[in-house]
Amino acid sequence: MAELLQFISSGLTVGAIYALVGLGFTLIYKASDIINFAQGEFVMLGGMTTVFAAAAGAPLPLAAFIAVVVTTAIGLALHRFAVEPARGASPVALIMITIGASIFLRGVAQIVFDKRFHSLPPLLSADPIQFGGAAILPQSLVVLACATGIVIVLWLFIDRTLLGKAVIATAANRLAARLVGIDTRRIVDFSFAVSAAIGAIAGILITPIALTSYDVGTLLALKGFAAAMLGGIGSAPGAVVGGLLLGMIEALSAGYLSSSYKDAVAFLIILVVLVGMPQGLFGRAKIERV
Amino acid sequence: MPAITVGIFIIVLPAFFPSAYYYRIGALVFIFALAVVGLNLLMGFAGQVSLGHAGFLGIGAYAVAIGPVHLGAPPWLSLFAGAIISGTVAFVVGRPILRLKGHYLAVATLGFGLLIAIVLTNEANWTGGPDGMNVPALTLFGWRVHGSAAWYWIAAVTFLGGFLLALNLMDSPTGRALQAIHDSEIAARVLGIDVARKKLAVFVISAIYASVAGSYLALFNGLITPDVAGFLRSIELVAMVVLGGMGSIVGSLVGAAVLVVLPQALTIFQEYEQALLGLIVMIFMIFLRRGMVPSVAAVFAGWHK
Repeated sequence: MAELLQFISSGLTVGAIYALVGLGFTLIYKASDIINFAQGEFVMLGGMTTVFAAAAGAPLPLAAFIAVVVTTAIGLALHRFAVEPARGASPVALIMITIGASIFLRGVAQIVFDKRFHSLPPLLSADPIQFGGAAILPQSLVVLACATGIVIVLWLFIDRTLLGKAVIATAANRLAARLVGIDTRRIVDFSFAVSAAIGAIAGILITPIALTSYDVGTLLALKGFAAAMLGGIGSAPGAVVGGLLLGMIEALSAGYLSSSYKDAVAFLIILVVLVGMPQGLFGRAKIERV
Repeated sequence: MPAITVGIFIIVLPAFFPSAYYYRIGALVFIFALAVVGLNLLMGFAGQVSLGHAGFLGIGAYAVAIGPVHLGAPPWLSLFAGAIISGTVAFVVGRPILRLKGHYLAVATLGFGLLIAIVLTNEANWTGGPDGMNVPALTLFGWRVHGSAAWYWIAAVTFLGGFLLALNLMDSPTGRALQAIHDSEIAARVLGIDVARKKLAVFVISAIYASVAGSYLALFNGLITPDVAGFLRSIELVAMVVLGGMGSIVGSLVGAAVLVVLPQALTIFQEYEQALLGLIVMIFMIFLRRGMVPSVAAVFAGWHK
């Protein structure tokens, strides 16, 4: 029982990060039909920039703030300089561009930062909380709380504000949105910026637990994408549920089956979902018009 | 006509080699060009995408390692076995996956490639784990094949063979069917083309190309590690296709040449390799989507007018 609780708690923690990455994917996908593979790099940049800003002397909250700002700027730059000029290209070409961007960001991070693993001090205490025989890190609770907070804020924003409605409109039908006067370019800018910010925050939150280094982005991007696919790409609650589910499945299979194949779980899920139910848990099946 | 040009190029090129090191680079270029031709058939002609093709490279590479070391099989037999295994895996996996389109297909192949890399890394008893394993040299009819010059000729001749095969395929009814599928899958289906079967066929063929290239790579280097099947390797292959020109078989050679020679030329800047690869992919996909060879050809065509 204690073991199960342990797996569930670590599964939920890492699942919350997958959920946030998946949410970033979904946001950009909804606004622009693009799968942004550089999403994982936003998480990496959040963590690494905070570490290096703090090492350069900034107090931790300021370092975190700088990291979020820098990552958001990079997200915007990604849209303006890499994605926008190629508007109208095939989906595969756009994926290749974002993959290229992700490799580029990784390569630059390797040079600007370094290749070692880094950590950050946890937000609360470092002592695990004993709970039913399992030990849960306070930082895990912080991650879960913040992830929930972000999802709620995002939901309120999309549902209650005019800008949120504009995002929904752009996602539904781009041309129609432009016809009613929405600047869709700004909306996509915005979605990239918000996704980058969410990614950065996720990175800062998870670094005290899982450490960070210049190459954590790739695997995270794939798992976040698996989460988004599992929940149904284009569905924000789907991404969250997908992320938590993926985290749990990963932790449980690592605990009860084999830990060396932990990463394979996400890819197996991607393959199974894509082949079996491409619309995921909450998405709508795509109907191709001839 | 292009085949004769390439053939002459292959024969003449070594005259310019100041040292044995250049034979090595040439061999590597032709080995990768072989894999890229296969991938080009899939991506450029049939219009599918595979972001996990290095998985087949890995299967071919580890086949010639595991065969001699663990099973006592001769390397050339292991090479064939590897090709057959790759083809079979492509057949089994391709059937469900090739039903997908666009970014779904891209991610499915990505996941598949990574799965292969993970298996290769984890099954250390067979594969030597993350540190890889040594590959015994190829022996053909009692003659031990080693040295960059020997591999240059083997790789170049095999590439020429693969090149001719690909050109032949493209001129055949199957090739035309593939191009029709690329233009519009639905229209092709309406015309009676068995789309699923053709896509599967080209997927299997491209897998075999990659497997042979992977086997050559392993035999040439004498050592193989799991990142031959990794994500970065898959992206490199796609970058080579895109750079040279999707749908241009000659472009495969150009793309492979650029992306093999560039890191060698920039050895001082080894750190910048990843950043540069990413930048190249981005710039080409944004501005020069057709790739180098078709763009240059278009310029010449413009001159004639």
